[in-house]
Amino acid sequence: MTSQELERIRQHPDFVQLVRRKQRLTWSLTLAMLAIYYGFVLLVAFFPGVLGRPLNGGVTSVGMLVGVIIVLLSFALTGIYVRHTNSVLDPLNDRLKQECAQ
Amino acid sequence: MMLSRLLLLLGGLSVADLALAADAARPLNWHAIGMFMLFVLFTLGITRWAALRTRSTADFYTAGGGLTGFQNGLAIAGDMISAASFLGISAMMFMNGYDGLLYALGVLAGWPIILFLIAERLRNLGKYTFADVVSYRLEQSPIRITAAFGTLTVALMYLVAQMVGAGKLIELLFGMSYLNAVLLVGVLMVCYVTFGGMLATTWVQIIKAILLLSGSTFMAFMVLRHFGFSTEAMFASAAAVHAKGTGIMAPGGLLSNPVDAISLGIGMMFGTAGLPHILMRFFTVGSAKEARKSVFYATGFIGYFYLLLIVIGFGSIVMVGTNPEFRDAAGAIIGGGNMVAVHLSHAVGGSLFLGFISAVAFATILAVVAGLALSGASAISHDLYACVIRKGQASEREEMRISRLATLGIGVLAIILGLLFESQNIAFLSGLVLAIAASVNFPVLFLSMFWKGLTTRGAVAGSVAGLLSAIVLLVLSPAVWVNVLHHEQALFPYSNPALFSMSLAFLGAWLFSVTDASARATEERGRYMAQFIRSMTGIGAAAASRH
Repeated sequence: MTSQELERIRQHPDFVQLVRRKQRLTWSLTLAMLAIYYGFVLLVAFFPGVLGRPLNGGVTSVGMLVGVIIVLLSFALTGIYVRHTNSVLDPLNDRLKQECAQ
Repeated sequence: MMLSRLLLLLGGLSVADLALAADAARPLNWHAIGMFMLFVLFTLGITRWAALRTRSTADFYTAGGGLTGFQNGLAIAGDMISAASFLGISAMMFMNGYDGLLYALGVLAGWPIILFLIAERLRNLGKYTFADVVSYRLEQSPIRITAAFGTLTVALMYLVAQMVGAGKLIELLFGMSYLNAVLLVGVLMVCYVTFGGMLATTWVQIIKAILLLSGSTFMAFMVLRHFGFSTEAMFASAAAVHAKGTGIMAPGGLLSNPVDAISLGIGMMFGTAGLPHILMRFFTVGSAKEARKSVFYATGFIGYFYLLLIVIGFGSIVMVGTNPEFRDAAGAIIGGGNMVAVHLSHAVGGSLFLGFISAVAFATILAVVAGLALSGASAISHDLYACVIRKGQASEREEMRISRLATLGIGVLAIILGLLFESQNIAFLSGLVLAIAASVNFPVLFLSMFWKGLTTRGAVAGSVAGLLSAIVLLVLSPAVWVNVLHHEQALFPYSNPALFSMSLAFLGAWLFSVTDASARATEERGRYMAQFIRSMTGIGAAAASRH
């Protein structure tokens, strides 16, 4: 690509919007995942007792439930990312590609 | 042709093995051997099919870039659900209960991060190896040499750990000698990769992932049925018979130190994002969209597998732990703690299913080592030979020949190292691999994509700082300094160096970049915009070659 072409894409309103939306999605989901996982790690390190508490008076502990929830949340976050990118960001990207190919 | 001759050779090898094993009077597991032979024959058939389709370097390194997101997702899941996690994590749950889950969650939590930050950008920028991405706007030779060094270090260490584990496991499961087991793994690995390239490697991995996922599903189902489909009943009976009582339902002593907990978490999360054989998988799909889908499927499969492992691990506390059949005269688990999942398969499905799970465990190791060998070979043939030595002037034929020779070399080296380390305590190796990957590969890859200021000097300094600090800190840590070298007290008190070595890598890369005032550095920063546009939009990205 020549520098004029690059400059044209860089200033293209669709590109500006794509970058803004994609970065917002990327960083908010990344922060969410880091908070979930390191929140859990810190809980293990500082308050292991909380995780050991029985759930509903049985043997199954709070920690076991939290573990399962983390597995499900990880999968859910990837699902949110894929869904949002497919439905919102990809169409925007495709339009940008088409316009810049002309 | 050559393949059929190899097949004959393999047949000869296994027959010789059986004879040897019979002499040693170990119990031979005929179901396991039969099913394993079936797997080997089938995968060699696939290798033959793949060999006919592997003509170009793109075919060899990336299966022509024509895999779907679902196929690649299964293959990635296959790479992660290795024998180490199947046998190792279930064994940890068997012995310590909840602590085993901490490991599983660390690996799983890395995947969403890989999806959000790395997968699509990697696919848009690279072609065959992650060094393609790092060297996109930096100088080829220094970056490729450093990246190849990082790749080879990680791949070889991982290979040695797998080879030794494989030798011991096969010795136990099949009654085959350690020497022959290591030879068999090495020969099959080289065979898959040299003839079938990435296409064969991926399909072997996919088949194994399906076998392991279905086998574990069956085991978990049978365990749950035993407890009347009540996890509460399962946990209650496990706590009732376990020496630690209800202590198995809470975090134990594994991560009582906060620094260790965070360091281990960082190592597992970002180490996964720095494993060369995993990163390479993102080039096997046709577009960023497929790369994205593959992580979604992979996360689902890995998460599902770890949920099954909870049932398998806690179920075996009752179904294996209380059954005297699985204990020797001294009361220890026959074959050691790592065998509980295998014993459980016997308990729930009889000797036929035991054979199936044993064969799958062996298949798992084969599939993982093949991927490792391929990533190591591509670092030699693509990064070192084609890009550094020949400066991009090598023909496809030459590059292919070098990659096959490199695979052979890595295979021979892996066998030799596997034999040398037979009786060494190498448990620390697997932890080291992730810590090194998190310190050497991940920071530089991340900065090259996200930080305009990174220069060649900074990237090389960051990698070297990460590699050296990870190795030095590990040698000084309790795992090596006390347990292997038998010193009184460790000089570095934490068991995992990742927190410190990864920070040092980032610091080194930053420091040596911002102080880099050369003309080259200015040019490199100037090229960031073009790279950024391509990484965000995929404009100009390498398309799938064919298929």
